[in-house]
Amino acid sequence: MKCPPFDYHAPRSQAEALALLARHGEEGKILAGGQSLVPTMAFRLARPARLIDINRIAGLDYCRAEGGRLRIGPLARHARFERPVAPGPTGRLLARAAEHIAHAPIRTRGTFCGSLAHADPASEWCCIALALGADLRVLREGGERLVPAAGWFQSVFTTALAPDELLAEASLPLLGPDWRCGFAEFNRRAGDFALAMAVTALRLDAAGHVAEARIALGGVAGTPILAEAAAASLLGASPTPDSLRAAAAIAAEGFEPTEDAQVPADYRRDLVRAMTRRALEGSLAA
Amino acid sequence: MSKMPIRLTVNGVPHEVAVEPRRSLADTLRDECGLTGTHLGCEHGVCGACTVLLEGEPVRACLLFGVQADGRAVRTVEGLAAADGTLDPLQRAFWENHGLQCGFCTPGFLMLATWMLEQPEPVDEARLRHVLSSNLCRCTGYQNILKSVRAAAQALGKWTEVAPVR
Amino acid sequence: MNWTGRRLPRTEDPALLRGEGAFTADLAAGARAVRFLRSPFAAGRILSIAAPDLPPGALLVTGADLEGVGAIRPELFRFNYRAIAQPVLPRERVHFVGQPIAAVVAATPEEAEDIAEAVLLDIEPEEAVVTIEDALRPGAPTLHAEAPGNVVVDGTIRHPDCEAAFARADRIVEFSLRSGRQNATPLEARAGLAAHDRATGRIRLTASCQMPHMLRTGIAALLGMAEADLQVVAPDVGGGFGQKMALFPEYPLLVWLARRHRGSFCWIEDRNENLIASAHSRDQIHHLRAAFAADGTLLGLEADILANTGAFSCYPTTCGVEPLMALAEYPGPYRLPTYSARARALATHTCPAAPYRGVSRPVVTFGLERLMDRAAAALGLDPVALRRRNLVTEFPHVTPTGLTLDQASYVEALDRAVEAADIPAFRARQEAARREGRYLGLGLAVFNERTGYGTPAFAARGMGIVPGYEVVDIAMTPAGEVEVRIGASPHGQGLRTALAQLAADRLGLDPSRIRVIHGDTDRTPYGWGSFASRGAVIAGGATQLAADKLAARLRRAAARLLQAEPDSVTLRDGAAWAGEASIPLTEIARRVHQRSEQLSDLGGFNLAETASYDPGGTFSNACHVAEVEVDAETGHVRILRFLVVEDAGRLLNPLIADGQVHGGVAQGIANALLEEVLYAPDGNPLTGSLADYLPPSAAEIPHIEIIHMETESPETLTGAKGLGEGGAIGAPAAIANAISDALSPFGVDIAELPATPARIRALIRNAR
Repeated sequence: MKCPPFDYHAPRSQAEALALLARHGEEGKILAGGQSLVPTMAFRLARPARLIDINRIAGLDYCRAEGGRLRIGPLARHARFERPVAPGPTGRLLARAAEHIAHAPIRTRGTFCGSLAHADPASEWCCIALALGADLRVLREGGERLVPAAGWFQSVFTTALAPDELLAEASLPLLGPDWRCGFAEFNRRAGDFALAMAVTALRLDAAGHVAEARIALGGVAGTPILAEAAAASLLGASPTPDSLRAAAAIAAEGFEPTEDAQVPADYRRDLVRAMTRRALEGSLAA
Repeated sequence: MSKMPIRLTVNGVPHEVAVEPRRSLADTLRDECGLTGTHLGCEHGVCGACTVLLEGEPVRACLLFGVQADGRAVRTVEGLAAADGTLDPLQRAFWENHGLQCGFCTPGFLMLATWMLEQPEPVDEARLRHVLSSNLCRCTGYQNILKSVRAAAQALGKWTEVAPVR
Repeated sequence: MNWTGRRLPRTEDPALLRGEGAFTADLAAGARAVRFLRSPFAAGRILSIAAPDLPPGALLVTGADLEGVGAIRPELFRFNYRAIAQPVLPRERVHFVGQPIAAVVAATPEEAEDIAEAVLLDIEPEEAVVTIEDALRPGAPTLHAEAPGNVVVDGTIRHPDCEAAFARADRIVEFSLRSGRQNATPLEARAGLAAHDRATGRIRLTASCQMPHMLRTGIAALLGMAEADLQVVAPDVGGGFGQKMALFPEYPLLVWLARRHRGSFCWIEDRNENLIASAHSRDQIHHLRAAFAADGTLLGLEADILANTGAFSCYPTTCGVEPLMALAEYPGPYRLPTYSARARALATHTCPAAPYRGVSRPVVTFGLERLMDRAAAALGLDPVALRRRNLVTEFPHVTPTGLTLDQASYVEALDRAVEAADIPAFRARQEAARREGRYLGLGLAVFNERTGYGTPAFAARGMGIVPGYEVVDIAMTPAGEVEVRIGASPHGQGLRTALAQLAADRLGLDPSRIRVIHGDTDRTPYGWGSFASRGAVIAGGATQLAADKLAARLRRAAARLLQAEPDSVTLRDGAAWAGEASIPLTEIARRVHQRSEQLSDLGGFNLAETASYDPGGTFSNACHVAEVEVDAETGHVRILRFLVVEDAGRLLNPLIADGQVHGGVAQGIANALLEEVLYAPDGNPLTGSLADYLPPSAAEIPHIEIIHMETESPETLTGAKGLGEGGAIGAPAAIANAISDALSPFGVDIAELPATPARIRALIRNAR
């Protein structure tokens, strides 16, 4: 299980990295944390001819609140989020999820933006990005665009990112104190990829009624998905145990589950029902 | 495939070696630096036997390339004991508490626990299990690994019975 | 000073803790790298294997190159065994995904992998037989012409009065159970380094193995070389659990390369290879039928045992090891008046089976202990009382399969466990939890574990190669240290420490003066290895005998030097004593070797002795108790408490004994809940990484409580009974019983392991 050969580039600036991508995009691959890429290469399921290692570019590991959003640079590692990076529901949600991402020695290397670029369907960050409506700033030599999370995930390990582009920043809304965020996932062994996860965010108005609701599911389909009907079912009323249970049931029926030898479709639905309800209940219990 | 010259400091000792870019940090340490204490149990980031400290932080040495450690400081199991072979407190705790059987996973656990015990925050049972769940051991059922690290944490004044509010 | 029985930290540890251990891969500097090309098909005909552009210095070896190399073909002379042959590299057909079909040699492992990837393989796939059901299907393809119907072993035991027992039964309990396939998963995968020594022409094979002497004999025979020209070394070995007992095709190929090319060749197995192509185990279906009287007395048992043993038969134990272990040991610790059973090994296009910690007994105990709980439920009896009624209480006891159970504590261990578990308090907690919609369960597993058995037990299986005895050479150096050379080959069990403790007491020496040498065919007497829970009993017994012979020599010499009677001399504190007079053992050693004119008439010029030990075997016993909570929504099982009452006789080193129990229980928990090798219907393995095959982490393994009982065995010299496997044997059954208890409101009954969350959910869903 040794990686296939590649040429190695270690640019010192973002401009240099973009120039390398422009020249080698099709056969090149950005190396940030590498915690998903390298195992894939070790199994020889990926064989990029060139790796463009951005770890030596200064100033990319930022994570700061700015203009009502949390701006996350391409080298902000998972471990950074283990404690809330910002006060309020967004920082707490990220911290809640971070401890489920693999293990400490992976979290010191793996990056938030790398997870979004890799787009594993069971990635916690991808699920949160979709739930909260992340914006993804993408650069290429001489160009820039902003892609909303809803348009980012295309299929398993496939995103809107073009071969010559770099995911230069992810930003998340810094939700106000009227938001309640929940997170629940199920895996068989600590730190493993989840068989199912739910990220929920409810905004409660002054009367305690649900004014906005977002529910995203991860690990259950080719990409993270929004459980829109389930979220909509909660609008306009105070959440009750029954309404949360009903929303979870809607979420469990409202998608086409991926199946494999260990996880049949109906079991995946069982897990979505349980995780959705637990995420919702957990968000309101706090 | 052409090799790249790199310099890395391992356990305080500078090494200048030439490696293919694809050679993992673990293989670089083992084959180029001659430090075979870092073991490879899976080479895909699950088992943790290859855990070393890179600039003080635990990493899977199978998921980093040697070239990525160019100019960096690495600590491996060989750096724990004194030059005369005297075991450090964590190693001693593993010895006294039978924290190893075949010993293959041990270097990874030692480095992971070394890092944990060097953090400013105290360690409680939940954190101990959470952090150590990173690595696999097939012999001990973890009982005596946990006991060893607990004992070392107590000896170092790092143990707490109650979780600190984080 | 009594050293035996003390919790002495191990002499093995400091080097391992400093990262200075020497595992096979650590010794590979300078060797050329070998990569095996493995079959991508479960079944197929090899049309061609070619490497068009082999770089300079690289080699491709195929079966066609191995003219004159024999096939691996272990024998069993009973139970309708069909000897099937495994070629080192096949020329005609492939039989499982992962089977080595060619070897590539290059300067580095990376390069060897590149070349192996580029080899052009032309294989015509054929229909694969993957499961037990596939193998038994009429008209199924036959793997080996020698084994029609894919049946490699077919053993039967029939007691004529069995039918009568069923005829007069008040209750018959009948069910099937299935055990998923497992991989022992030592953390160090297999590895071999074969080096040619130009000065002597000999080959040294350093291999991560459990049976170096057997490996040497087997490889020399396959290659037709002088056994004396082959040295096999087991250096530090990163776990084995049975998987590293077998003679795998990779090792003779390495030796062949070293001889042919007069160089050093190293193969370090990667984890994917280990998961798909080393050895699997426990893939079994049992059908049980038991007759009970109304008062719970077990009247008779019928068992039909089917084991999927994969494509070939492992050397030296053969693929009979699993079904025949189950056949012989189904009666367990229970009084069973009559027993009839059939056990078959079935060939399939999957990775071959080999022994794994417990060998069938985890499945047997799962069957027997589910039977006890099911029978109790069917008869409306307390499951503890039902067990107590049927456990053997008088020893020695001869089982219906002819095994003699020596003194043990079956009922006492159960009682200790029941008391420690505080079942009434648990039932109250269970009741309260159910009212909140939470499901707690408690499960017991009582079992015995046949350990420390020598050649009679292996010979009874009809094995062509009969392991069992151990030989120990002991010698005192002229400076007075003792070297103990053992044929056994430990790999984590701490025998270097435990045997030194035993010898220290016999010789009146500090254990630090004793070196136990193992794992090198040049430096140790012929012996078998560490497997089958035998180290403390057999290597221990031989060490004790050898040390006693050396002690007698020392006493005779001391008597001469102290002018006393030999019978009055005792050895303690590093000296020989006759009354108040003493002489240091170092001085005796010096005189024997260097002033031999004073002592040579006492027999020999040195202080070397040999002893061997070949016991009939003993049985340790235990009771495991698991308390679990099942999440009915997700099927997840959390173990709240795990208790082991273990009786392994006299404990040579309780620190080490506890560690063996811990490790066994963890593997048993994994067996119960997590680990399963899966194949697609076409025979492609689906669990080729540690992200798919799930050994547990510290987060999944609970605190394990151990209570020791020490019923010393009259059948072993040291009084010790083995305990290496017990943890793995009891835990799956205890957990299966606990889950079934937790989910009794749903009528759920665990009949398949591992009890994965998906399976548990399906059971609950179907029950509702």
